[in-house]
Order: sequence, then structure tokens, then C-alpha cells
Amino acid sequence: MQTEPSKSANLIQSLCAQFNAIHIDHLEKRWITISLMVVGLLVGIITLDAFFHGVNPPSKVETIDSASLHLSKEFAEDNLGVQVDGKGAVTIRMVAGRYSFFPKHIDVPAETPLTFRWVSMDVLHGVHIPMTNMSTMIVPGYVAQVSTTFPKPGEYPLLCNEYCGLGHNHMWSNISVIAKEDWKAPVKSPANGEQ
Amino acid sequence: MIDATTRKLALSHLWVAFAAFIVACFMGEYQVLERSGFFPVLDSAPVYFASVSTHGVLMAFVLTTFFIMGFGYTIATTSLKQPVWNKPLAWGGFWLALVGVVLAAIPLLTGKASVLYTFYPPIVAHAAFYIGATLLVVGSWVWCAIMLVMFSQWKTANPGQAVPLPMFATAANAMLWLWTSAGVALEVLFQLIPLSLGWIDTVDPGLARTLFAWTLHPIVYFWLIPAYTAFYVFVPKQAGGYLFSDEMARIAFIVLAVFALPIGFHHLYMDPEQASGWKLLHGIGTFVVALPTLVTGFTVIASLEIAGRLRGGKGLFGWILTLPWTNTMVLSVILALLMLIFGGFGGIVNASYAMNAMIHNTAWVPGHFHLIFGGTTIIMYFAIAYYLWPLLTGKALFSNIMAVTQLWLWFIGMAILTTPWHVLGLLGQPRRISSVVYNNLLTLAWKPYEFMMIFGGLILLGSACLFIYNLVKTQLNPTSETVVAEEIEFAEPIHAVTTLPEYLNGLRLWNKVIAVLMAVSFGYPILQFFFMKTFGSSAWGY
Repeated sequence: MQTEPSKSANLIQSLCAQFNAIHIDHLEKRWITISLMVVGLLVGIITLDAFFHGVNPPSKVETIDSASLHLSKEFAEDNLGVQVDGKGAVTIRMVAGRYSFFPKHIDVPAETPLTFRWVSMDVLHGVHIPMTNMSTMIVPGYVAQVSTTFPKPGEYPLLCNEYCGLGHNHMWSNISVIAKEDWKAPVKSPANGEQ
Repeated sequence: MIDATTRKLALSHLWVAFAAFIVACFMGEYQVLERSGFFPVLDSAPVYFASVSTHGVLMAFVLTTFFIMGFGYTIATTSLKQPVWNKPLAWGGFWLALVGVVLAAIPLLTGKASVLYTFYPPIVAHAAFYIGATLLVVGSWVWCAIMLVMFSQWKTANPGQAVPLPMFATAANAMLWLWTSAGVALEVLFQLIPLSLGWIDTVDPGLARTLFAWTLHPIVYFWLIPAYTAFYVFVPKQAGGYLFSDEMARIAFIVLAVFALPIGFHHLYMDPEQASGWKLLHGIGTFVVALPTLVTGFTVIASLEIAGRLRGGKGLFGWILTLPWTNTMVLSVILALLMLIFGGFGGIVNASYAMNAMIHNTAWVPGHFHLIFGGTTIIMYFAIAYYLWPLLTGKALFSNIMAVTQLWLWFIGMAILTTPWHVLGLLGQPRRISSVVYNNLLTLAWKPYEFMMIFGGLILLGSACLFIYNLVKTQLNPTSETVVAEEIEFAEPIHAVTTLPEYLNGLRLWNKVIAVLMAVSFGYPILQFFFMKTFGSSAWGY
């Protein structure tokens, strides 16, 4: 029992002694310190943002059978698009398939927290709304969930950004971001009494 | 003089590498022309994606792997002063890898493997593509084995002595590549080949992407380590000075090899199949691996300053002017570092969680890796080739002025190609599109940048042709009086290394450290696919 800690202590001591024996110039030491500080600053910002501001990429590990989306309750054709629940939360359910996003066009409110739920019905896709951080990979077998808020109203393209076949560049649609006061919840929303 | 076996082995490998390179350069220029939309006659998605797939495979897998193998044999025999261990095995590895390339090239060029060099199932290519790629990797494993055997044989024969730095770097790279290639090997052997042959009906693309991410980051360090090796062991001598620190070079190579591996999830930031905690862990590791590059930048610039001052340079920046700017190795390292600074800046954007969302899979990404791989890494491959060619062929370089011009053109071409490419990404252009058909005003802003890229590509293509021409003319020079009998010259450190602790002279400890780090960072993220209920995807064409 007693020899164990002294052995490891010896090992650490000898490693330290060996490390101190290496010739490292004082300029080099200074540069390494600066490098560590720069890297530490960047890592610090990212870590603090992740823990305290919830700045994380889409990472909800949720599986779904991409081969039978039409049979699923959530991603059945009638249920796609924008919905507002009883508490006013806006959820947008979208299906990606070669070579389009369904539904083809949606209206969403500006300056409102939005939750996008994307699924693929065939191969790997990606979706990005340029000039915004609405970006995610859409991997078959998984639900990609992104939460974001669009600050500026306008007409935005919605582009597939992962190679999905020879028609990849034809895979796009449009999204209208409408000023908050002009936007109305779609008729089919649970908020309007539909379930 | 380098022995005949090594010369033949090295030249064979390097010529395969550069043949792949020049073919891929022509494809690259075709791609910017096709994509711009200025030439409707070229418009063809099937040809474009066959070309992009082939360009990627040739540049990222064939050029690099064969170059690294040829370079490794040269380094091992010259720095250790011992012949290649097991010559027939080395040739076996060469032919295995070459057969693999030919096997993969057939479906690629006939449009039967337009799945891009990143594979990305459930889109599936012809099985010959995956089998060919596997043979290429197995061929490179033969090289790894030979490098590690020669490394340990030398250590046994020279107990207590420091392994020469160039060989230490090469052996570290061999260890790195064995670990790196394991991820994609698992994906190809257990998912893609069985799926393409119809042995299994479905694969889980989430698992496939996780395994590919295992390989996707360290593979770039596998490509980069020969460039860094040249930074440390050739540049200081060619500049007329000394290496600033031998020990720090070893530490840099170790940190590169160890921390390049457990950080691949920065390629999966935007993926739904991995949780944010794992992504954050890999993200932090990504910043750690920036440290050896910062140290390398310091050491190289310090070594150049020593050389510049020895050549009579005065003042804060005067030493820069006295450097031998017409020496291809010195010019290359200066241009490589410039591209590394800009490419590294872009890399910090990619590595940062929130900023990455704005540029993920946009044109920014190919812009970034063309600058840092096509720029920093490949320009050092050129410099190494110019330095080795006289030593390997026994003939003086055909034209040094042509070589210097070629390097400048490569730098200028790369700047003109990749700057608009980055801007296009910021303007929202997705990567990997064969034409722009989006009915949106945004696309109007893309046109001038597409136009600039054509010119950048043309300059690069011209530069690539000059490079090949110079090497061919050197080798085919019939006059025998130009025979060069010089030895390869490695840089001396300012402080000669007398004794080294074992952990700076061997790889056993670091191999164990990598095993632990890989188990921590990839263990659960891979195992989760077997614990949770997942749904496979059946194979799709394209």
C-alpha cells in the first residue's frame, strides 16, 4: 500500500526533472505563454457562451424512421409547416427530399423565437438560410432541431448545402420573414383550436 | 548520394503523386468554368460531379498518400543512413496502392462514383470505388509499418541517442496515419462495401458520419506533417542559418499527432446525431491543436531571422530582405506562412461554434481548405520536389528561375482563387453546386466573384504545368556533366541535442495517450448508436 503513492510520485518527479532538463529558450517560453492565453481566451468565450447563453449548434439526438415519415404523426403531410401551440410557441416542421423542401413556401414572424424541426425522407441534405444562423445538416434517421430568431423581415432563400445527388443545385425554396405585427398564425395551428 | 533503391522507390511514388496532381488541376479549372455559368455549352451536372469527385480523390488521397510515402522513404534512408527495410514489401505497398487507384478511377471517370471524396452514405457508388480506395489505404499501411520498423531498428542499434528529427517526424506521421485511417476503414469495410455489394440492406448515416469525422481532421495533419518537416529540417539550412530549437520541434510534432486525433467533431457541429457536450469537447481540442502550429510559426520565423542576420541583415525587419528569396525552399516557406496566417484565421471561424453556423457547407469551406491545403501544404510539396529532384535524378534542376516564377504564380493564383471563394461563402453560396439556378436576387452578388475564380484557377493551372515541365526537363536532361553528387542536407540546431528524455525520442507513451484520448472522445459517441433505437437508410443512387 505504501509503496504505491511514492512510486507514482517518483514517476511524476522524474518526468518533471526530465522536462526541466529540456532546453527551452526564454523567448520561446514567452511566445508559448502568449499562445496559451490567446487559445484560452477563444476557448473561454465559446465555453461560457455554451454554458451561460445556450449558444450550441443543433444537437438534439432524436431518431426517426425516414422511410415512413408519411405514416408518422408529426411529419405527416397535413402537419407540415408553421404551427403555434397554445402557449404561443412557433414550431416549423419541414421535410427535405430530393430535390425540394416541403412545404415549398412558408411565412414566419420576425423577432420571434422559432423552432425548426427538419427531417429527410431520403438521403443526406443540409439547409441554410443565407445571412442567418438557421443552418443544420439533415441526416436521414434523425430529427434536426434548430432554434433561432430572425431579426429582419424580408424574402430569404432556403438552400440545400450538402451534395444530395445530381440535382443538388435545384434543391431550394423561399421563406418570407414578416414583420411581427403583420404576421398571423396559420389556420391549422393548435392555437386556433386545431389539434 | 542517395542509394539507387531509394531513388527508384521515391521517384516512382512522387511521379504517381504529381501525375494525379496535374490531372486534377485541369479538372479544377474545368469546374470553376462550368460552375460560373458563363459557358452554357459546358453545363452538365453529371460531368461536373464526376469531375469534382475525381478531383477530390486525386488531390486529397492520391497526391498526398503517394507523396508522403515517397518522401518518407527518402527521409528514412538518408537521416538514419540505413537502406529501406524489406525492399520487396515496399514495392508491394506501392503496387497495391497503385492498383487501388486504378480500380477506383474506373467508376470515378465513368460517372459511377459521383459521391464526392467524402462518400456520405446513404448515396452509394459502385463497389469498385470503395474497394480501390481501401487498397490505396492498405498500401499506405505497408509504408507505415516500414517506417516504424526502421525507426525502432535504429533506436535499438543506437541506444540512448536522439533519433534524427526528420525521422522522428516521419515516424510520428506513420503512427498518426494508422490511427487516422482506422475510422474511415471501419466505415468502408463494415458499412459502404457491404451496402454497395448488397450484402446489407441499410446503414446508419449518423454512425457513418461519426466514423468519417474520426478520420477527417487528423488526415489533414497527415498531409501537413511533411510540410512542417521541411519547415524544420530543410528551411533553416537553405536560408543559411540554424534551427532555433530541435526539442520544441519534437514537442510540436507530438502535440500535432496526439491532439489531431480526438477532435473530429468540429466537422459535425451542425449534425443532429451527436450531442452538444461532445461537440464542445472536440471544439476545445481543436483549439489545443492550434498550439503546435503557433510554436512552429515561431520556430520557423526565428530560424529565418538567424539566417537573415548571419547574412548581414540589420534592424527590426532588415533581416527579411537579406534572406535568399530566390532559393525555392526559402521562398516557399515565406509564401506558405503567409497563406497559413490567412487560412488559420478562417480556421478559427470554422472551429468556433456560433460563427461556424454562418459558413457551414458554404463556399467559404472549400475556399478555406484550398488556401491551407492547396496553398500552405502543396507549396511545400513543390519546394521538397525541387530540392529532392537533383538528389534523386543526379541532375541539376532544369531552371531555378522557372521554379521561383512557378511558386509566385501559385501564391498569386491561390490568393485570387480563394479570396472570392470565401466571400461567396459569406454571401451564402452553398458548396458543391454545379450551377446557380436559385430564383433570388442574392445570386446577382455572386457573379463577379465567380468570374475572379476563373482567373485564379487559370493562374494555378499555368503554375502547375510549369512545375511538371521543370521536373520532366530535369529528369530527361541527357547531358551527363550536370550530375549532382551532393548529400541531402539537414539543418543543425543552435543547441546540439545531446540527450533526450525517452518521451521526446519515442512514440510508445504517445500511442497510449492517443488510445486513452480516442476512447474518451469517440467511445460513447460511437457506442450510442448501438444503445439507442436507430433507423437505417437503404442505398440511394445519385
